[in-house]
Amino acid sequence: MTSTTIEYQNPTAHTSAGGVAVGCRGVTKTYGSGDAEVTALRGIDLDVRAGELMMLVGPSGCGKTTLISVIAGILDRDAGECAVFGRDFSRMSQREKTRYRGETIGFVFQAFNLLPTLTAAENVAIPLLINGAARGGAVGKARDMLARVGLGDRAHSLPSQLSGGQQQRVAIARALVHDPRLIVCDEPTSALDHETGHKVMEMLKSVALKHDRALIIVTHDARIFEFADRIARMDDGRVLSVSDDHRATPAASTDESETKS
Amino acid sequence: MNLVALKMLVGDRAKYFGIIMGLTFASLLITQQAAIFVGLMTRTFGAITDLGLPDVWVMDPKVQFIDDVKPLQDTQLLRVRGISGVQWAVPLYKGLLKARLSNGNFQTCNVLGLDDATLIGGPPTMVQGSLADLRKSDAVIVDDIGAADKLAHVRADGTRDPIRIGDTLELNDHRAVVVGVCHVSRTFQSQPVVFTTYSRATLFAPRERKLLSFVLVKARPGVNKAELCARIARGTGLAAYTSDQFKDLTYGYFMKYTGIPINFGIAIALGFIVGTAIAGQTFYNFTLDNLRHFGALKAMGAGNGTLLRMILIQAVVVGSIGYGLGVGLASAFGFATRNTELSFLMPWQLLLISAAAVTLICVLSSLISMRKVITLEPAIVFKG
Repeated sequence: MTSTTIEYQNPTAHTSAGGVAVGCRGVTKTYGSGDAEVTALRGIDLDVRAGELMMLVGPSGCGKTTLISVIAGILDRDAGECAVFGRDFSRMSQREKTRYRGETIGFVFQAFNLLPTLTAAENVAIPLLINGAARGGAVGKARDMLARVGLGDRAHSLPSQLSGGQQQRVAIARALVHDPRLIVCDEPTSALDHETGHKVMEMLKSVALKHDRALIIVTHDARIFEFADRIARMDDGRVLSVSDDHRATPAASTDESETKS
Repeated sequence: MNLVALKMLVGDRAKYFGIIMGLTFASLLITQQAAIFVGLMTRTFGAITDLGLPDVWVMDPKVQFIDDVKPLQDTQLLRVRGISGVQWAVPLYKGLLKARLSNGNFQTCNVLGLDDATLIGGPPTMVQGSLADLRKSDAVIVDDIGAADKLAHVRADGTRDPIRIGDTLELNDHRAVVVGVCHVSRTFQSQPVVFTTYSRATLFAPRERKLLSFVLVKARPGVNKAELCARIARGTGLAAYTSDQFKDLTYGYFMKYTGIPINFGIAIALGFIVGTAIAGQTFYNFTLDNLRHFGALKAMGAGNGTLLRMILIQAVVVGSIGYGLGVGLASAFGFATRNTELSFLMPWQLLLISAAAVTLICVLSSLISMRKVITLEPAIVFKG
């Protein structure tokens, strides 16, 4: 891997190595109005290639969470364009948007968001059920996916019976079970200790990354930067730089004491 | 996703039981109070129900309900018999007379005097003896509940011996001999019911110029009852009602002029409001607690339709369980009190009404939750 840091100006220059999974151009997003108006995104240009793991880093309030929400189609942008595998959420009806999101995107949340009353297998089966799979087949496939993340023997466990690391592995299995083309992870290691976080990232990268799938991870955790193929550094609603060298990312921009953007 | 919805529901035991408790309480209170109300209202026209044979009741036009007797002259019976379409017409005495008990106490009884020749208007069920025994000297038939309770012989230690065939009563200073025990619908005021012949009843009754309470009429086959009522009214100047019309008149009087519907209505409304408040609040809290999970499901591609169906399934499940338990408890209450003074009648229509009320509670409760989920921004899952 080359160790270069570039100022981020022309996103199309980075798309030659693989197909573009996510392409954002001039994306803006403002919350509130009048005196309470807050601009979260100020013309974001960003490409994420298929087959790569990109991390979005930056201080709290810099717009990372807003950006992945826009990319994942769960938040409408104000202006600009943003396509996921060539399809723009803003040009879809609500029903199409929901369906496309369900089929194309997998989510890993900071707080895992596992349903506490469902077993690990049932939790993992949820995306398949949402996409209309029969329950029996969905749970069977979920068990297979749990085996792939090393939890084959915990399929019947409730989330409360699992450690934090195990819960996050269940969440990762849930994000992957329906074979989505884009995985969006929000602070996947912030609730885990260093060793567990490291193991989860190793597992995530080995199981999730494929040549036709992209991973976007929002994180403050500098200890996992080494897993990124590229790191987009954000501040004040802008992408400042995109680097393929995690060591070149300024520590000041990723205050580990901060928890959310 | 239906099973996911159910597991979400039952997973939070405290809220699950809280919602069911609220709905059970509402269902129980609504059903039980309404059943007592229906039972009480049914008692107001119990005597009309028991007298199943006549088609038409003829009475003074000023009569407002069955116990509001305004006596007629005996000659009115003959006038009614002269109306075209009348197959037969018989007199009925109905009045309240005091019975003197063996311990010296007095008990007001509902005395029904039946046509001497035909004994039409007699009790629907004889428990002991025969209706024909009314033709014996000084004969009366008493109802089983009155015989065992208010007319019973009271011993020194307070225990009661039901009066039996052969025992005597003193009705308005006249000797009456019990020749039978019957079963009748309970009266509104729960007085003992005493059957005797019309002529004997008029002897027992205080001397008045007019003693004929009602004329009971049977229509000729093929004669329209409503038309016959109109003909009797035109021909005699009296009021004539079919049995159902007379029940409605009696029921309507109690509904309009007594506080019974208001009192029961308040209790039923209270059950509805409290049930809605408990179930609605708990269901809403349950939704709020799961909002993050609903948000995650929404982010993962679950549409509003799917989420609303999940909430609906949850509401249907708790509603069905709460309704079943409430109605079951109300039925158990009714069964446990079946031999007491308490009136309790639960017709199938009442079950439908309480089901509708519980459904409405569930709809109101889930609507608030549904609104919350529809307007839910899935991006909340990315907020700490």
